[in-house]
Order: sequence, then C-alpha cells, then structure tokens
Amino acid sequence: MDEFVLIMRHPDGKKVASPEQMQIWMKQTMDWIGGIAAQNKYVGGNGLVFDDSRVVRPKNVVTNGPFGEIAETIGGYMIVRAESIDEAVEFAKGCPVLQGEGNSMEVRKIAKRE
Amino acid sequence: MMEQQTLIPHLFRTEYSKIVAVLCKRFGFDQMEIAEDIASDTFLAAVQTWPLHGIPPHPVAWLYHVAKNKARNWLQRESVFRHKVSPALKEEEGQDIDLSPKNIEDSQLQMMFAICTPVISPEAQIGLSLRILCGFGIEEIADAFLSNKETINKRLFRAREKLREEKIRLRMPEVREIDERLATVMTTIYLLFNEGYYSLSQDSTIRKDLCFEAMRLCRMLVENPMTNKPAVNALLSLMCFHASRFEARVGPQGEMVLYDDQDTSLWDAALISQGGYYLSCSAHGPFLSSYHLEASIAYWHCIKEDTTEKWENILQLYNRLLQVEYSPIAALNRTFALAKTNGKLAAIAEAEKLMLTDNHFYYTLLGELYTGIDNEKAIAHFLLALYLAKTTTDKNIIQQKINRL
Repeated sequence: MDEFVLIMRHPDGKKVASPEQMQIWMKQTMDWIGGIAAQNKYVGGNGLVFDDSRVVRPKNVVTNGPFGEIAETIGGYMIVRAESIDEAVEFAKGCPVLQGEGNSMEVRKIAKRE
Repeated sequence: MMEQQTLIPHLFRTEYSKIVAVLCKRFGFDQMEIAEDIASDTFLAAVQTWPLHGIPPHPVAWLYHVAKNKARNWLQRESVFRHKVSPALKEEEGQDIDLSPKNIEDSQLQMMFAICTPVISPEAQIGLSLRILCGFGIEEIADAFLSNKETINKRLFRAREKLREEKIRLRMPEVREIDERLATVMTTIYLLFNEGYYSLSQDSTIRKDLCFEAMRLCRMLVENPMTNKPAVNALLSLMCFHASRFEARVGPQGEMVLYDDQDTSLWDAALISQGGYYLSCSAHGPFLSSYHLEASIAYWHCIKEDTTEKWENILQLYNRLLQVEYSPIAALNRTFALAKTNGKLAAIAEAEKLMLTDNHFYYTLLGELYTGIDNEKAIAHFLLALYLAKTTTDKNIIQQKINRL
C-alpha cells in the first residue's frame, strides 16, 4: 500500500460563495473525509488559509499571495493510503471541490524515504 | 448467618484490594504474592471466627487489625531470617502498617500504574487489575473471559513473574511521564469496561460488576489532582453514558435489545447527568482525545428525540473519530448515522466500500440499509450475517429481522 497526496486547487471559497453555501461544502467535505477514514485509508490532511499568505522567491523576494491563476491556488491537501494511483483517483473524485468549474484535484504518489 | 453470607463477599470486594495495595507498598512490589496471601488469610480468619463469635461491631477495622498483625508477624520472621543472614538489614523492624484512607488511596493508585504497563499483555493487565485492584475471584475472572481457572491462574502467574523480572516498582510516575503512563491505564480501564459491556458471558451480574469496577477505578483517577486530566474525565463520562442504558439493553429473557428498540424510560437519568458533568469537566486543555469524541457521541445517544440535528452531530463526530482512530465498529456506526442524515441510498454506496466481509455486523448493517429499498437484497445480507454470527443472542436478533421482512 502506497501513500498519495490529493492536492485541492480552487479559489478562496469565502470570495465566491455565501456562508450558507460554505456550510454545505463544509459538511460535504467532512463527509467525504469521513468516508475515506471509514475505509481506514485516511492518513492526514489540512485545509490552507487563503488570507495573509506569502510567496518567497530567490534573493529574498517576498510577495503577497501565491496567486497567478486564481483557480490554480492550493486550498488544502489530504494524504491517503491506496493500492494504486487509480484507487487514489477514485478518492479524489468524491471531493466537493470538483463541483466548481475550473477547480481540480492533483493526485501524486508520495516518494518513499530510503 | 444470612447477613454474614452477604457481608463477607461484599467486604472482600471492597477491602481485599486495599489491603493488598497497602501491604505491597510496604513489602515491595516483588512480594505481591505474600501481600495477597496475607489479605486472603485475613478473610479466611473472618470466615472462621465470625460465625462463632458474631460479626464484630466494626468489621472493616477488625479486618485491618488482623491484616496488620499478620503483616507484622511476617515482617518479623523476615527480619529474623535477614538478621541471621545479614545483620545490616534491620531497619525495617518496628515500622507500622499504615491503613489510613490516604495511604490506601495512594497505594491503590500506584498499584494501578504498576499493573497497567505495556510490559505485560492487555489481557494480563485486565486480569491482574480484576484480581488485585477489584478483588475478583479467579473463578469470576475466568467467567468474564469465558475461560477456565487454570488458564487464568497461569496467565496471572506469568504476569506477576514478568513484573518482577522487569523490576516494576510501586510509585507514582514522574510528572513528565504521567500523560504517557495514564494513556495505558485508561486503555486498560476502557478494555475492562468493554469486557463487561460487550462480554459474551451470560452472567449479567458479573458483566455489570466489570463495568462498575472500571468506573470506580476511573473515578479514583479523577479524584486525584495528579491524574485528574481532561481525557480521564472524558473516559469517565463515556462510561457513565454507556452504563445508563444497562437496564434497557437487556430484555426480560436476557436477550440483547438494540438501541432503536430500547424502552427509553429504562435509561438511568442519574448516570446520564453524571456523564454530562464529567463531559463538561473534560472540556478544557489543548488535546481532543478519542475519549472526548466517543463521550460526545455517547452524549448524543442519550438524547431521546430522533432529530436530524442529533444524527448530524453523531455523523460529524464519527467523521472526526475515524480520522483520529480507525476501528471497524466506528466505521459501521458512522455509516448508520449517514443513513439517518443523508438517506439510505447514500449510506449503501458508502457501506459497500467498507468491505468488512468477515464481520456479521457489516452484513446486518447492509441488511438494515436495504430494508424497504430492496427487500430481497436485505434478506440476502441478513442471511450472510446469520452465517457469520457466533453467539445465539446475535443470531436471534438477525433472525427476527429476517422474520419481519
């Protein structure tokens, strides 16, 4: 069994949706994570705060926000256990983030430490 | 005579463990068997003399007095022996056996930490706890474990040997190691409780005793400032909530009554309110333990009204619990809550991913979910559950569900 990280790319929900809609997404996200955890496939994960973020570039250049394409920003990640990349992709398909046009989930295998 | 027949077993249950703990602390943990022998001899003396001379006016004081004398005699013999072998070792003479409430409590707490150590297996920890902390007889322990006296005796003997080899001492852990050591103690207490709550033993008195002993030990931890931690309160709260349904979950013929079918008027309101009290005591500090989540789930189960809010809260708590600590039973219960909030079809889709194919509860759940949606599939799942179920109680419950369809 390998570990995969599911990277959620989407804009800041607070800027595109009402608090009520946010609450619905929150429940859907929690149920999605709970469903993976119920299969004993959940390893860990976090949501990332959009406000007050920085990008650090070479020569100590620091800018506000990550943000080129707005839908390309990372909103959170989850690490899962899966037999294959395909199983990890099936987990990613359930993420409510994908209800938003232009959003995406990136699925990557985590490199094993030698 | 009748009075003695109930009094001595009662005193054995409450006082045996106190005497053993204090003597062990005085003699050293490696002399545990001597401490147990002296405590047993003390009760033997009571059994032999009370019927002839009547129950003494202060039975507990009588027992302590006899135990002290026996302990003193043993120490004297020990010191005579040591005196001959090594004259330097005389300092133990003359020290008294301290059976004050404070020393009893300290000794029992230290005993708890000494027994609940990863050095011995969880079964051995529970067995020794029952014997030494709860004053259970070997036969009762064998009954609780669905085992026989020889096996239990052997298990306890090996555990004592191991504790001796590892030079486990009777003392409180250092402040910096207390959380780690407490975690093991709490696990043992919870296992002890579950042993009673979910035991296959037919003897319901023993099962209840196991649960109440687990709660008593946990209460000792809550009452000591050093061990009165949020997670300990959460564990005690959890056990109070569960225990509140004791009367409701067993029917007139001793059969198991499932949560949905329970007569809620049989739920014990006093235990529910105690559970609420300890849950509020647990609500501080930076750590959210799995006991906190389980206690909160148990709290919502004590709410009688079957509302969406109730099940939504239970679902979200299970979602979090599974992230902290996976278990098949939590996965199944989470899916049951999902059916209540998101509907049976959503729950069926999730249930089929769980693949707990060796677990009869899994097929019972699938049978429940398919009931009213596709009764043929429901029956097929119940039949699988019936095939996998091991106890008659479980088989009967499943058979009833099939009969209803």
